[in-house]
Amino acid sequence: MTAPATQGPTVVTEGLRKVFGSLVAVERLDLTINRGEVFGLLGPNGSGKTTTIRMLCGLMAPTEGRATVVGFDVEREAERVRTRIGYMSQRYGLYDDLTAYENMRFYATVYGLHGRARDERLEQHIAEMGLGERRNQLAGTLSGGWKQRLALGCATAHEPEMLFLDEPTAGVDPAARRDFWASIYALAARGTTILVTTHYMDEAERCQRLAFLSRGKLIGLGTVDEITTQFGQPTIEDVFIALQRKDEGAHA
Amino acid sequence: MSDTPRFVDRLRYSRFWPMLWKEFIQIRRDRLTLGMILVLPAAQLLLFGYAIQTDVRHLPTVVLDESRTSESRALVTTLMNSGVFDPAGEVADRATARRALDAGTANAALVIPPEYGREVAAGRTATVQMLVDAADPQTAGAAISGAQLGAQARATQIIAERVSLANPLDMRVRPLYNPAQRSAVFIVPGVIGVLLTITLTLITATAIVRERERGTLEQLIVTPIGKTSLMLGKLVPFVIVGYVQMTVVLTMGWVFFRVPIVGSLPLLYLLTIPFIIASLGVGLLISTVARSQAQAMQLSFFFMLPNILLSGYLFPRMSMPLPAQFVGLALPLTYYLKILRGLMLKGTGFADLWRPTGSLVVLAVLLFTISVRRFHKTIE
Ligand SMILES: Nc1ncnc2c1ncn2[C@@H]1O[C@H](COP(=O)(O)OP(=O)(O)OP(=O)(O)O)[C@@H](O)[C@H]1O
Ligand SMILES: [Mg+2]
Repeated sequence: MTAPATQGPTVVTEGLRKVFGSLVAVERLDLTINRGEVFGLLGPNGSGKTTTIRMLCGLMAPTEGRATVVGFDVEREAERVRTRIGYMSQRYGLYDDLTAYENMRFYATVYGLHGRARDERLEQHIAEMGLGERRNQLAGTLSGGWKQRLALGCATAHEPEMLFLDEPTAGVDPAARRDFWASIYALAARGTTILVTTHYMDEAERCQRLAFLSRGKLIGLGTVDEITTQFGQPTIEDVFIALQRKDEGAHA
Repeated sequence: MSDTPRFVDRLRYSRFWPMLWKEFIQIRRDRLTLGMILVLPAAQLLLFGYAIQTDVRHLPTVVLDESRTSESRALVTTLMNSGVFDPAGEVADRATARRALDAGTANAALVIPPEYGREVAAGRTATVQMLVDAADPQTAGAAISGAQLGAQARATQIIAERVSLANPLDMRVRPLYNPAQRSAVFIVPGVIGVLLTITLTLITATAIVRERERGTLEQLIVTPIGKTSLMLGKLVPFVIVGYVQMTVVLTMGWVFFRVPIVGSLPLLYLLTIPFIIASLGVGLLISTVARSQAQAMQLSFFFMLPNILLSGYLFPRMSMPLPAQFVGLALPLTYYLKILRGLMLKGTGFADLWRPTGSLVVLAVLLFTISVRRFHKTIE
C-alpha cells in the first residue's frame, strides 16, 4: 500500500452541506473517521447517506463546508483523492458485457496498475476474494452475491487507503453477507479505512463507530454501546426505530 | 531531451488505453451494435444501389396503333429507342390499353389514331396520345418528358425529310462524371455519409447513455481517469469503426456498382475527419440530453431524418424550398456530400473543395465544443 499522505484522520468534514433546490440533503455535517476504522453511516431512506458519500468521493461539489479525504481536499485536490480511494456504489458499476476478470482488469488498469505487476496483483486479489471459479463468467449473468463480491474486488484491486461502500449488501443472502463482512474486516486489518452505509442492524453492530443521519442531520455518533446508552434503548435497531418515530412525529 | 521518454511513458500508461480496450470488447459482444456496424453498410448499399433507382427508365408501354402506316411505325421506333419506354405489346383497342394501365402491367400507353399517317403525309399537325400512370410522380415525370422529347425528335426528322434538308441543329448532350446516368453512382458516396452519420451519432450516443444508465459512468468518474481519456476512449473506437465502414462501402461500391474513385483517396480519408468530429459532436450532444438509451435512439433518428431528406442525399437541394435549403446548411452531411461526390465522381481537387471543407470545419468545431462543454457539465 502507498504510504499514507498524512498522519491525521482519513476523513474530516467541516460543516459539509448539500442543497438541491429547496431540499437540504445534508445539513452541516461534522465528521471525523480515523485510519483503519470501520465506520457505519445509518439513516432511513433519503436521509443523505449517498449524498454524503458522493461529496466525499468528489462526484458532487458541496454547497457549503469542506472535507478532506486521505489528507486532500475533495474539491481542490480531487485528482489526488481519486487515486487513493475505492468506491462501491449502490448500483455496483460493473460492465455486464465484460467477464468478471475483464471488469477487474479494466478498473485495475484505470487505477494505474500495468503489465506484470497488474497481472500478478489480480491473481492474488482474485484468490483472496474467492472469485476464481467465476472469473470468466460475464458480470451480467452473475447472481447478486457474486456481483457484490466482484464489485468489491473492482473497488479494491488498487489497494485504496479509503473505501466507500454504499449499501453494499442490499439484496444479498445472509451467507454472502457474512463472507462480505469477513472481507471488510480483512481489509480493515490491513489499514484500509472503511465507510459503509447499511439498512441491516446486525451489520450496523459490526461497525466500530456509527453515525445516524436523519433528514440530512447528524443526530447520533459513537460506538454501538455509546449510542444505545445515549438513547436509552437495548439495541441499535430500537434506537433506529425510535429515532425514525421521533422524526416522523416532528414532521407530522 | 528528457521530455521525450516522459511523453512516451505518459502515452503508454495513459488511462485512455484500458478505456479503448474495454470499448472494443463491448462492441464485439453487443450483437445489436455489431449488427448495425456490419450489416448496415451492406444493407444500405444494396438497398439504395439496387432498389431505389431514382432514374426512371424502361417503362413498360403498350401500343395501340390504329394508323398502321410506316409513319406510325417510325414514331413508335423513335419513342422506344429513347430508353424511357419499353414495348409491352400491341393492343387492339382503348379499353384494353386502359386495363393494362389499371392492372399495372403497363405504365404508359401510346395511342396513334387512324388518321395519323394521312395527316402527316398531308403536312398537317397530327395528334397522338400518350396515357400515363401518374400515380407515382417520378414515373409520370419521366414518361411525360420522354414522350415530349420523342415527339420533338420525330417532328424534326419529318420536317427534315419533307424539305430534304440536313438537320439544322444537332444538340448533343454529353453527361459528365456519371456518363451512364446510373443512380448507384450518385447514391453510393451518399451512403458513406449517411452510414457515418448513423454510426457516429446513434451508436456513440447510446454507448455513452448506457454507461450513465447502468451506473458505470459514475463509477468511472470516481476513478483517476481524466475527462479527456474518458471521452477519447469512448469516441475513438467509433471513429475507427466509421473508417472501416467507409472502406467497406467504397470497396463494395466498386465491386457491385463500379462506382469509381476518380479523385485522391488519401484526401477523401483526410477530409472525412472534420465530418467525423462534427458527427461525434452531435452524438455527444444527444448523450447529454437523452435520459435513456431509448431516448437517445429516438433523438438520433430524429436527427437522421433531415439528414436523409435535406442534405442532398436523395433529392437535389437546388429544387427545395428556401427554408428547407437553410436547414440543410446546418447539417454536416450537406457539406460532406459535396466533398464525397466531388472527390469520388469528379476527381475534384482540394482547390475546389475548400468551401465545403471550410464550412464543415467551422461546423465541427462549433458542435464539438458545445457538446464537450455540456458533457463535462453532466459528469460533474
Ligand atoms: N441529484 C439530486 N437532485 C435532487 N435531489 C437529490 C439528488 N440526489 C439526492 N437527492 C435528494 O436528496 C435526499 C437525500 O438522498 P440520498 O440519496 O443521499 O439518501 P440516502 O440516505 O442515500 O437514501 P437511501 O437509503 O434510499 O439510499 C433525498 O431526498 C433525495 O431525493
Ligand atoms: Mg443511498
